[in-house]
Amino acid sequence: MTRPLGLATREAYGLALAELGRERPEIVVLDGDLSKSTMTKYFAKEFPDRFFNMGIAEANMVGVAAGLARCGKVPFVSSFAAFLMCKGFDQMRVSVAYAGLNVKFVGSHGGISIGEDGVSQQSVEDVALARALPGFAVFVPADEHATRAVVRAAADHPGPCYVRVGRPKAPVVYPDGCDFRVGRAIQLRDGGDVTLVANGLMVAAALDAAEALAREGVEARVLDMASVKPLDEDALEAAARETGGIVVAEEHLLAGGLGSAVAMSVARRRPVPMGFVGLDDTYAESGRPEELMAKYGLTAERIAEEARRVLALAR
Amino acid sequence: MTTTHPAVDLDRLRDRARELRRAVLEMIAAAGSGHPGGSLSAADIVAALFFHELRHDPHRPDWPDRDRFILSKGHAAPVLYAALAACGYFDAGLLRTLRRLGSPLQGHPSVRDLPPVEASTGSLGQGLSVGVGEALAGRLDGRDYRVFVMLGDGECDEGQVWEAAMSAAHYGLINLVAIVDANGFQLDGPTDEIMDLGRLEEKWTAFGWDAVTIDGHDMAQVVRALAVPRPDWGASRAAGGAARGAVAGGAMSGAAAEAAGGAARPRAIIARTVKGKGVSFMEGNNEFHGRAPTAEELQRALAELAAGGAAR
Ligand SMILES: Cc1ncc(C[n+]2csc(CCOP(=O)(O)OP(=O)(O)O)c2C)c(N)n1
Ligand SMILES: [Mg+2]
Repeated sequence: MTRPLGLATREAYGLALAELGRERPEIVVLDGDLSKSTMTKYFAKEFPDRFFNMGIAEANMVGVAAGLARCGKVPFVSSFAAFLMCKGFDQMRVSVAYAGLNVKFVGSHGGISIGEDGVSQQSVEDVALARALPGFAVFVPADEHATRAVVRAAADHPGPCYVRVGRPKAPVVYPDGCDFRVGRAIQLRDGGDVTLVANGLMVAAALDAAEALAREGVEARVLDMASVKPLDEDALEAAARETGGIVVAEEHLLAGGLGSAVAMSVARRRPVPMGFVGLDDTYAESGRPEELMAKYGLTAERIAEEARRVLALAR
Repeated sequence: MTTTHPAVDLDRLRDRARELRRAVLEMIAAAGSGHPGGSLSAADIVAALFFHELRHDPHRPDWPDRDRFILSKGHAAPVLYAALAACGYFDAGLLRTLRRLGSPLQGHPSVRDLPPVEASTGSLGQGLSVGVGEALAGRLDGRDYRVFVMLGDGECDEGQVWEAAMSAAHYGLINLVAIVDANGFQLDGPTDEIMDLGRLEEKWTAFGWDAVTIDGHDMAQVVRALAVPRPDWGASRAAGGAARGAVAGGAMSGAAAEAAGGAARPRAIIARTVKGKGVSFMEGNNEFHGRAPTAEELQRALAELAAGGAAR
């Protein structure tokens, strides 16, 4: 099946944020001189008094958001995922997570699909860093519809959140809208032979992989794990029990990302053979997004291969 | 600008500062660890804030209109805890639980464990940014509270402090006050040797602040410097309105607002202090940056404080 390209998830974020701004006066937005790229520009244009450009100073931006949250505001804080998470991490740790403050962080240009700008701008550690912070929720939506639902859920969620969105246009996975719930996997396809777990752009790749496997007579279940934390451990346990093998795919380093989270849960609740698709202890490079995804193995083919390996082990 | 406080009883504030010092020493000695030097250097300023300048209510730590105090140099937590207890935020008996398992008096201030604490600090460099956020929220909501943030001089090595300073000036936060406890020492030695801060007052001025240098142990000077007027956002918004259009977002640069009338810069107070102030063998002795007094040292220190009280 061909999935039409929809909006980039960053674009969907910007639109959803402006929409939320109309409903909720307590929402304020901070950006680090990237509002034209993170798409907070829509909010800035409509609500100039509630938008604060903090310049190229991410550490301060995170701390300022903490102060605003302490006074009852609901700050959304944006920059490229790499700069926000890495330069703001200690501030997220002490000023936000330790203090238990209600700040929403949205990192755009996540993963390597940002393309030509290269490694310094490609965020491949952000999910691991955000996951590590006690009390943080972490969401990675797959398409424009999921993003809208995730951003609204983040605004409603009582506590700090990290949301990762991407630069390129994303294939539409939820043409009829997405019923996203914090801590709940979304089953996009049922199957009894193996389970493919993914988030972000890898959800579309997992669906493609499931179709390829079906042509070989293998029925794969596909779970969109947009909610990395909290994680839907019940859905994973059921998948392990009912399909006997799990493959996780993410546009992120294998260390500390979705795969690590799923593996820990599966090991604890119902160990089964597992496979992992992601960046294995390496950075990528400059190139066109689709070239990079192919070269670094973030493809439907790699997911299908990994599924075959897991199936062999599970037998 | 001191008109709101016609009769300041400086002697009473000096007594309060001495009580804070006593509590700090007893607390740290009982805990067996902590940071006496930077708690003692800050005591006069903290006393002037909590017993004179701050508008606050110990029965309502979450009062939206309270003046805020953020201890960015979180290792001086004992002097903050002593002040909160003396004001009645909690029972003074709790001070003896400092740093003990299960105590809300964490080694460095924790807003989750002790709500009257305004920010969780201890990783130096972060408090002023939180203060900028609180001051921005005050401006957004049109409230007239002020936010006071105390930093160490060594802490000013942190780049984040200057990011925060720049943003406070950019947003014209006249309700924000930074106080640098300039005691001349950081952890490894004198600030001149570890990382020379150069001309600190000029740095703050260059970042767009209304900076003054005072003797941080001269109570009259301290009280005068802290008397920053409450913001009247209606007036400054009207004044800054014309200038604002040129700047994206809610920005009202200090310069723009000032040009439109009114002192629109945040206040920086460089308080020259003595690390370990009040105890002869701790003054200027950086060994007491982060070591508790022994039982014998505690007795000598308390005796000195008591005697010093009479001499004043
Ligand atoms: C980011 C960070 N680095 C290092 C430390 C360890 N540390 C604690 S106190 C201190 C020295 C602080 O000096 P100063 O700010 O001048 O404080 P004071 O002299 O008032 O004690 C250091 C380096 C820390 N708490 N945070
Ligand atoms: Mg110092």
